[in-house]
Amino acid sequence: MMNTSSSGRSTAGVAVQVQDLVVVRGRRTVLPGLSCTLRRGAITGLLGPSGCGKSTLIRSIVGVQQVDSGRVEVLGQPAGSATLRSQIGYVTQEASVYDNLSVRDNVAFFSRVLGVPVSDEDRVIEQVGLADHGGSLAGQLSGGQRSRVSLAVALLGEPPLLVLDEPTVGLDPVLRVELWRLFADLAAAGATILVSSHAMDEAARCDDLILMRSGEILAAGTPAQLCDAAGAQDIESVFLKLVRARGEAA
Amino acid sequence: MNKAIVAAVTVRVLRQLRRDRRTAAMLLVLPCVLITLLWWVYDGQELVFDRVGAPLLAVFPFIVMFLVTSVTTLSERTSGTLERLLAMPMGKLDFLAGYALAFGAVAIVQGLLTTSLALFVLGLDVAGPAWVLAAVAMLDGVLGTTLGLFVSAFARTEFQAVQFMPAFVLPQLLVCGLLLPRDQLPDALRVASDLLPLSYAVDAMQQVSMHAEWTTDLGRDVVVLVGFIGGALLLGAATLRRRTP
Repeated sequence: MMNTSSSGRSTAGVAVQVQDLVVVRGRRTVLPGLSCTLRRGAITGLLGPSGCGKSTLIRSIVGVQQVDSGRVEVLGQPAGSATLRSQIGYVTQEASVYDNLSVRDNVAFFSRVLGVPVSDEDRVIEQVGLADHGGSLAGQLSGGQRSRVSLAVALLGEPPLLVLDEPTVGLDPVLRVELWRLFADLAAAGATILVSSHAMDEAARCDDLILMRSGEILAAGTPAQLCDAAGAQDIESVFLKLVRARGEAA
Repeated sequence: MNKAIVAAVTVRVLRQLRRDRRTAAMLLVLPCVLITLLWWVYDGQELVFDRVGAPLLAVFPFIVMFLVTSVTTLSERTSGTLERLLAMPMGKLDFLAGYALAFGAVAIVQGLLTTSLALFVLGLDVAGPAWVLAAVAMLDGVLGTTLGLFVSAFARTEFQAVQFMPAFVLPQLLVCGLLLPRDQLPDALRVASDLLPLSYAVDAMQQVSMHAEWTTDLGRDVVVLVGFIGGALLLGAATLRRRTP
């Protein structure tokens, strides 16, 4: 079946499409009308300083954010649809796990809620490198280990879309490399992955990038495209050039 | 409702309680200590102990379960686990029913412990059968649980949740018929007490302690209590939002 959006553009290779998204929280307009797309099977990095609206965009895609207007379509369905609930693995910024349960009990609980096979529990614990900590209480782990428990839960059931809000914060470099390798494997197996980060050096590991600032998208494209267009060597310089260019235009 | 998901929530909550020794002690040991303390206070005045003992068997589980449940569910809301669960295929009623079953099971154990202690060790004298006393005590524990689930929606921090105790429970305690029979209250307060669940919990216990057989008043009390439990569950479900600001 061919999916066609209202604009008539083919959306077959698109996992997530956001159009004119407006989110107002309290009196602050966090997203004033944002549009972007995520390619199916690609790792898209969502980069920007903290407070720029990354988490709000992520929550809108997952379907847990109250939005004021605009359209968010995920895997061909409106965001927040009941059928999407078992198809999105979501990692929030703070590790949303039970501190007074062991790693294994945490994973077992969420796997029962999702109704995935028991064999999946060991697989995800293994994948995030916590096989040796299965019996430890989540609350007694380090910050990085706790966020990996949270990631393990998101991997349950091999969801076609993974939405990860700053999953690599506070991890040691070796672990970071391992997690990025895991993301690459999952994407190669067909999963679409959205990873937010405020660390620009992680950009090189993504297939696509979305650079965000103050609720707006500065630029989107592959890392090479962005560097070429801005005439810069790395994404940090691209970001700076784009911000300066906007400042001069204003 | 999805039975497997309800069971998963129940098992998980009980597992968390088992890890948390202090809360488990608060739930099971504290009501026993309180009823023993009451017995000691009325040392040598068995008639008074008989009169206030049964109603307090309703009040202790209500208060303890209310407090523990409101704080526990609040931490679920603030830690992000609730948002994660509601982004999964978890029904709102599945979540609440799982909690109600887990704490309901604790309420059953608690009710059995406190009533057996009161009847068989402390010599509480009631006219009605012991099992009705225990059953009503459990019902009151479940009522505390469901109301605690509901009010947790209106607190943002654990500190605020604890404040519901004096704000929500103590006024009920004053007008529930424990201090003064409800028909002797000023009219406005009597009407208010007619609308509050603890009044029926206390009245049910007074019925059991005074009458050997089942009374229509006791039947009414039980129906009203079950109604409050169901209503609090539905109101609680309405406060769970998949999308938040």
